[in-house]
Amino acid sequence: MSNTLSLSASRLDRLFRLLAGASAVLLPLVLVAFLIQLGWGAAPVWREFGPDFITGTGWDPVANEYGALPAIAGTIFTTALALLLAIPPAFVTALYLVDCPAGIGEVLSQALDLLAAIPSVIYGMWGLFILVPLMQDHVQPFLSETLGLGKIPCFGVDGNGFGLLTASLILALMILPYMSAVMRNVFKMTPGMLRESAYGIGCTRWETAKDIVMRYGIRGLLGGVFIGLGRALGETMAVLFVIGNVVEIPESLYGSTTTIAATLANNFAEADGIMRSVLFALGLILLLLALGVQVLAQYYLMMTGSKRGER
Amino acid sequence: MTSIAPVKRRGLFRRKLLDRVVRALSVLALTVAVAAMVWILYTVIRRGVAVISWDFLTECSKPYGAMNSGIANALLGTLAITFGAALLGIPPAILGGIWLAEFGKGTKLGDTIRFSANVMMGMPSVVVGLFVYAVLVVPCGGFSGFAGSVALAILMFPVVMRTTEDMLLMVPDALRESALALGASRARASLQIICRSARSGLITGILLAVARVSGETAPLLFTALWSDSWPKNYFEGPTANLPVLITEYSTNSPFDEQHAAGWGAALVVTAMVLLLNIATRIIFKEKHHER
Amino acid sequence: MNAEADHSPVKISVRNLNFFYTKAVQSLFDNNLDIRANRITAVIGPSGCGKSTHLRVYNRIFELYRGQRADGQVLIDGRNILDPAVDVLELRRKVGMIFQKPTPFPMSVFDNVAYPMRLHFKLSRSEIADRVEAALKGASLWDEVKDKLKKSGLALSGGQQQRLCIARAIAAEPEILLMDEPTSAVDPVATLKIEDLVLELREKFTVVIVTHNMQQASRISDYTAFFYKGRIVEYDRTEKIFTNPSEKKTEEYITGRFG
Repeated sequence: MSNTLSLSASRLDRLFRLLAGASAVLLPLVLVAFLIQLGWGAAPVWREFGPDFITGTGWDPVANEYGALPAIAGTIFTTALALLLAIPPAFVTALYLVDCPAGIGEVLSQALDLLAAIPSVIYGMWGLFILVPLMQDHVQPFLSETLGLGKIPCFGVDGNGFGLLTASLILALMILPYMSAVMRNVFKMTPGMLRESAYGIGCTRWETAKDIVMRYGIRGLLGGVFIGLGRALGETMAVLFVIGNVVEIPESLYGSTTTIAATLANNFAEADGIMRSVLFALGLILLLLALGVQVLAQYYLMMTGSKRGER
Repeated sequence: MTSIAPVKRRGLFRRKLLDRVVRALSVLALTVAVAAMVWILYTVIRRGVAVISWDFLTECSKPYGAMNSGIANALLGTLAITFGAALLGIPPAILGGIWLAEFGKGTKLGDTIRFSANVMMGMPSVVVGLFVYAVLVVPCGGFSGFAGSVALAILMFPVVMRTTEDMLLMVPDALRESALALGASRARASLQIICRSARSGLITGILLAVARVSGETAPLLFTALWSDSWPKNYFEGPTANLPVLITEYSTNSPFDEQHAAGWGAALVVTAMVLLLNIATRIIFKEKHHER
Repeated sequence: MNAEADHSPVKISVRNLNFFYTKAVQSLFDNNLDIRANRITAVIGPSGCGKSTHLRVYNRIFELYRGQRADGQVLIDGRNILDPAVDVLELRRKVGMIFQKPTPFPMSVFDNVAYPMRLHFKLSRSEIADRVEAALKGASLWDEVKDKLKKSGLALSGGQQQRLCIARAIAAEPEILLMDEPTSAVDPVATLKIEDLVLELREKFTVVIVTHNMQQASRISDYTAFFYKGRIVEYDRTEKIFTNPSEKKTEEYITGRFG
């Protein structure tokens, strides 16, 4: 190899390294840009309404009155309900899939992965045209009247099919395959000998799962829950179609409401002036919520990781 | 043994019953999930097939109220936007991933970037739309297909970057060292390792990311928006695309014909995403078995 | 078999045991063995000879894996435990198992030992505390861990972890302890401690120990079974096996000519 050649090779190497480094650094810069841009776009809102914006419940573009609380509440309610509906089935399906005959497990795992791949707008459309009428005509009357759950306060008596419950159901269906996939991996990674020791002292399958495997893989399981939480929090289309899009805090499970993401998508076309800033402010709140969840998750994983000596 | 007095045993029956009940619930949950998927796919296919025809796939969509519209412009727009996003997002993401795996290991900067990437993967897509709207659509004076691509590229960026890193970290150090020992430069060694060892995993990760964003809707509402004409200029003017067409036709239109057309578009999007997904998985699986 | 002098009753009686990993792969061939109560029986042989597999039939742990099948009889106190009517949970309570590596559960030292009690027995809190202490004493671990009962079982040293697993097995009040190379993952000092413990355990339990370490087998066991290629080549008192084996294969193995 001649001297000049190796020189240019090392220069190329340095260039490559620089380019790769720049690309990598681009990512946190974009993240910071998000915060700055949304913060800046939302600034007029803080000047105009102050912190009352977050606790305000009004939404009247004509009277120039805006409050974020209904959208925040709607976001938190739908997310919480969706998690509540999705975590138990995600856990038990994952449990079943690692432990059933290999052929069936393979096919069903693939099916769940496909369920996760369906675009959210399709979930939304299916929800609007199929699930909403079904909820209105059959499910809601069945729950409220036949089962008599309507007597429970805040459950809801007669619904129009749209609203909190329907949106949460769709969200739950969307996040279930994600969480189930993560949990499946956690179960698979549990050392065989640990499982055998549990069975060896006379545990049933379920006792092994809940007392040993779950404790062992708790970090991974929570990681899966956080993934589901993040997706549910920011999901737009699937919710937009079925939530009812009314800016108010829902009074019951059947109540129409809105979420931050749905409000953004719904009002953006007409937004102008201060309303546009309001939408930026909502976007900022959603961003901070989502980032907060992720930072918390990462922090938790790091802390418990170092405690376990994994890092 | 230490058993001084006879011990009361816990009933085996109840423990076993609980085990059976949980087992039954697992099967039930799985059945519900799979049934829901079959139901969704069945609905999309049945209603979609009813409207899909040659004209539907080759003609431009028409304004509200005008019947017999096609979706060809939206299909073209979606392909252009997704392709643009891949072109914009994948190269820096791969480079960034290489940097993380090869140079950023154990450094503070590397940890920060990895942390940001993990955090950014949980970023709501609607917020990405809002951001691109503010930094691109407003200053450039209007919606464009390019803005849509940028939004989707931002969504892909952290995913592809972390996939690249993970795939490279799975490559044994011995392979890396032997390449360097032969006198290969760092750049050459990384690229070669990627081309050889980590390739199938990397391609899988990238294709799954592309499939994922190609069905994204929310960011496009703020960037590419929607139009009834053929996409003429990638960098200027609202650009038709399938996901927003579906949204418009199902929520903002009173006409049954447009609802039907929405299902047709839904079938096209679903088929695109799922086929890309399945094909990727099958190809990767074969690669996996070879090794 | 030269065991006339031993009046201890037979605890486990294996009759014509054949084992299949899959339909096509057989790994145990026609095993016959009588294991005496309150004795230590060592199972030796080159790796892959089926000694672990043989042990894993006694508590039917192999049933966790689809396709594995055992044919023949394993009589414990005269009852064939391969009979599907035998309750597997109760069987595993009665037949404890220790693995190659320590497998403390991801919980505190105390809970590790209390767990099998809570699983199987109805006991008050104070009774559990008493029994945990007794089990830890039984595993010669009490003095070392009495101040760290609330600490994670994973925080103990390797040898302590293995003795914790023994305490955990004792806590279920078993009659038989199966040990599958229990010292293969711990250092020599810890190994000696565990060997002393095993000798003590003989008072209360029937111990079957798989080992690849022939010194260990000769040091602690009363009987030794030599396995080769899925068959029991020779089974006799340990002194006999190590001083005057009847089979040529056994002699070759214990003199280190293969394995």
